[in-house]
Amino acid sequence: MIEFHDVNKFYGKYHALVGITETIERGEVVVICGPSGSGKSTLIRTINRLEEIDSGRILVEGRDIHAPEIDLDRFRSGIGFVFQQFNLFPHLTVLDNCTLAPIHLRGLSPAEARERALAVLDRVGVADKASVFPATLSGGQQQRVAIARALVMEPPLMLFDEPTSSLDPEMVGEVLLVIRNLAHQGMTLVCVTHEMGFAREVADRVLFMDRGAILERGSPQEFFDHPQQARTRKFLADIRSPFGRE
Amino acid sequence: MIDLLKTYGLYFLVGQFPQGPLGGLALTILLGLAALLLALPLGILLALARLSRRRLLRWPVTAVIYVVRGTPLLMVIFWAYFFLPVLTGQKTGQVTTMLAALVLFNGAYLAEVVRAGIQGIPRGQTEAARSLGLGYALTLRRIVLPQALRNMLPSLVNQFVTTLKETSLGYIIGLQEVAFIASQVNSQVLVHPVAVYGTLALTFFALCFGLSRVAYALEKRLARRPLELPVLLS
Repeated sequence: MIEFHDVNKFYGKYHALVGITETIERGEVVVICGPSGSGKSTLIRTINRLEEIDSGRILVEGRDIHAPEIDLDRFRSGIGFVFQQFNLFPHLTVLDNCTLAPIHLRGLSPAEARERALAVLDRVGVADKASVFPATLSGGQQQRVAIARALVMEPPLMLFDEPTSSLDPEMVGEVLLVIRNLAHQGMTLVCVTHEMGFAREVADRVLFMDRGAILERGSPQEFFDHPQQARTRKFLADIRSPFGRE
Repeated sequence: MIDLLKTYGLYFLVGQFPQGPLGGLALTILLGLAALLLALPLGILLALARLSRRRLLRWPVTAVIYVVRGTPLLMVIFWAYFFLPVLTGQKTGQVTTMLAALVLFNGAYLAEVVRAGIQGIPRGQTEAARSLGLGYALTLRRIVLPQALRNMLPSLVNQFVTTLKETSLGYIIGLQEVAFIASQVNSQVLVHPVAVYGTLALTFFALCFGLSRVAYALEKRLARRPLELPVLLS
């Protein structure tokens, strides 16, 4: 589904992505973790070209996403992207947030788009909020609307960039449950997150990044129980609560 | 004073209309309004060019904006007065000349207002729209501009106030706007300059003060109901 071939990116002199080579299969749920500044967000943002790369190739469904003939907007409309800060459109109602893209890009009539959006909003548990503006919602509700907005386009691939990092603790669960349900429905999913419990339960594979490179990769069992690298062991030790309980 | 208003009141309000062309206060307001309405699209286009990634577009437009903003309006009026006929090959009326000058001048000013408005919209808004697959134009039209223009509303009303006052510079090319009419009245009456120009000053003040209050009320309303920015945990 997604192939990285020796991808490099620089911010000025800073080497943000270092020789990334990786393949993510269709239907796979991949969690990317690592310390802040390690390049996780940069990496996931290269997949729909929110970030450009300086060398290497990225293929999505076998097509080079940097090929000159690619229709970038069309390509992006097939990938759902969920941001840490939700980025809902504050001047549009929840429903309009969800129907804008399908009406303009999929040619749906407003009535069809509305029906589809309501169904998706129902799936993420916020159908009753369809007519309100995002500002009136809690963080957890906003993020679920953001997920719905992406899902209405029926993308085969969803990318999550730290979807729960701006949420109050009591709202993390509701968002993770929505993402887990998507994973169970067989959608290809890439998620940057610090939620290790989620990674352990939902991920097929965990990638650990440090200083722009993928340092370790493996199943959650391998990753959490038998990490190969000293850096990974240190990271896993550091994120554990110093007060004993996980 | 009452006699003055009785005799010249209508002349003050609409000029020689309906016998002659529309003038006076009506012309001042219409010209200000038309100038702002035409300058806004121009300002948006100039702002977009100024924010463009293409240097060939960005640099010349930036230069034009700086030149116009660095020029007194009076000069722009003279340019319009003398260059428009040369460019178009026919005599240009005073109203058209003044309108052209005001649109160019205000367009350059509004360009900076619009630019600031667009840049004030969080980057995440554009990123979210683009990652849904919305193109540049659609993102601008449906996501960025509606939010930016809403935030700019108080500035736009203030710009309208400025434009209204600026129309009085049309005096210099014989435009029959309200200040010109006042000086006509004064030269006919001769003995009541304070009353005549006092009335003119009061008229401008009432108009501009009223509009400033509107701008202020808009500002307060926007501040009370701010556009929800995503909650930043920092």
